[in-house]
Amino acid sequence: MSVRILKSGILTTIQDLGRSGFRRFGVNPTGAMDRTAARLINILLGNEENEAVVEMHFPATEIEFEKDSVFAIGGADFSAKLDGEPVENWRVNFAEKKSVLRFSKKEFGNRAYFAVKGGLRIKQVLGGASTNLAANFSGFDGSTLRKDDRLLFNDKKFRTESRPHKISNSLIPFYRSFPTVRVIVGAEFERLTDSSRETFTEKNFTISKNSDRMGFRLSSDPLQLQKPKEILSSAVSFGTIQILPDGQLIVLMADHPTSGGYPRLGNVISVDLPLLAQLGAKDKVAFHLISIEEAENLALKLEKDLNLLKIAVNFSNAHD
Amino acid sequence: MRFFPLGDNALTIEFGNEISESLNRQVLSLADHFEQNKFPGFIETVPAYASLTVFYEISTVRKNFWEFASAFDAIKTLAENALQNLTEIRETPPRMIEIPVSFDPEFALDLEFVAENSDLTRREVIDIFTGKTYRIFMLGFLPGFAYMGEVDQSIAVPRKSTPRLKVPKGSVGIAGRQTGIYPLESPGGWQIIGKTDVELFTPKAKTPCLLQAGDLIKFYERSDS
Repeated sequence: MSVRILKSGILTTIQDLGRSGFRRFGVNPTGAMDRTAARLINILLGNEENEAVVEMHFPATEIEFEKDSVFAIGGADFSAKLDGEPVENWRVNFAEKKSVLRFSKKEFGNRAYFAVKGGLRIKQVLGGASTNLAANFSGFDGSTLRKDDRLLFNDKKFRTESRPHKISNSLIPFYRSFPTVRVIVGAEFERLTDSSRETFTEKNFTISKNSDRMGFRLSSDPLQLQKPKEILSSAVSFGTIQILPDGQLIVLMADHPTSGGYPRLGNVISVDLPLLAQLGAKDKVAFHLISIEEAENLALKLEKDLNLLKIAVNFSNAHD
Repeated sequence: MRFFPLGDNALTIEFGNEISESLNRQVLSLADHFEQNKFPGFIETVPAYASLTVFYEISTVRKNFWEFASAFDAIKTLAENALQNLTEIRETPPRMIEIPVSFDPEFALDLEFVAENSDLTRREVIDIFTGKTYRIFMLGFLPGFAYMGEVDQSIAVPRKSTPRLKVPKGSVGIAGRQTGIYPLESPGGWQIIGKTDVELFTPKAKTPCLLQAGDLIKFYERSDS
């Protein structure tokens, strides 16, 4: 089973939940920008949650099914249509051989995910399937997907007449174009001046055009450190908020390098990263500080909810 | 010593804020400790110049260290306990790796600039550069990119004011008293004084990254250059 790419789209890549274990060699984890979306559609299809998915931006790719297939879409809503018929996000869908999936309009969000039942057959490199564009490896030969690329599915036997299950709204991240994301303070937060600390928590930050999978540049009134200080290069992570020499902020995203040398003001908590990941240029974001305990409890809550979904999906598949 | 969260699934232990072999040895010793005594939920360690970051899975840590208020507290306590018994000396002696470099003007894009900046001849810069053994403090920036030091003060040179959009793969550069090799073509601002053909990052190989923190590196001039 396979799909064929009819049109490349903008920055269409194979991603999973990121590569671990090689950061100390400078190998950045990469992975899906909106991890929750990728996990949800995989779980919905009965896949492993780390199964490789296609990450799309708008204008998106066009995908032709070469065999009868079962698929799901999640994350951004790009008005998917299968042979002209609307396809809802977060739902199990059936595609006939030769049918074509197109994305006509950006309704909301900036990154949509496509997964197939059984998973895409992508060779693991360094323990992961996500595309590393900077170092050109993994995913689809380290590159973005292009016209006429064919993605094979894992050879797994399943019936294609799946039930059209849909993920309940309570599990879907509350996407919006001006979210407040929660932040744990970082190593240099206390070095901000009093008024800059206030700016950080009270003001809005606009996503600048100069934003990509590596990081989101934010524009705002410049923030100030009490005393500018050189910081030695040290590990950074997905969601690390750094202050640049001009007082503007950058939030590191999925393709961030493993280390950085700018002062670290904080980190967006993992459960709120999907909200950030769906923003595009001119969208706004605000920050709300929470404690590490609260952040961990929110992360545990998400794991619990996803586990319940897994159990529900498996139960239902077993009783089909 | 400072402990701070790097997001909700990592803890950074900061030993200091200077490039020093002694601090870096402590960092690597603590990294060794965690790699050899993996706690439930351990993901990986990322050593830097003077800090170590430990990544973990929140739910597994919380399940196994339920007596702590947070996974962060649990791992912080593990680190504090380990630090009490930590010796600076690693069990395995450092590896010595020799790297052949061509200083041919075709590749040594900034050697002339470095020579002028240091008031030395190109030959003198090459001799001073190859006359020292360097220590790898950390990897970062790109897969397989090693930050090494320290370059002799006489040839230390600031980064380029405008970074190059494409530094060729294998380029050997200097930035301040650090030296490094670009494992792949990439944008970069280090002053390029030579080039090596040694592969530093081969993702599909058994050993994907040739270099690791703690290694000693000796550059030598390739005879045909």
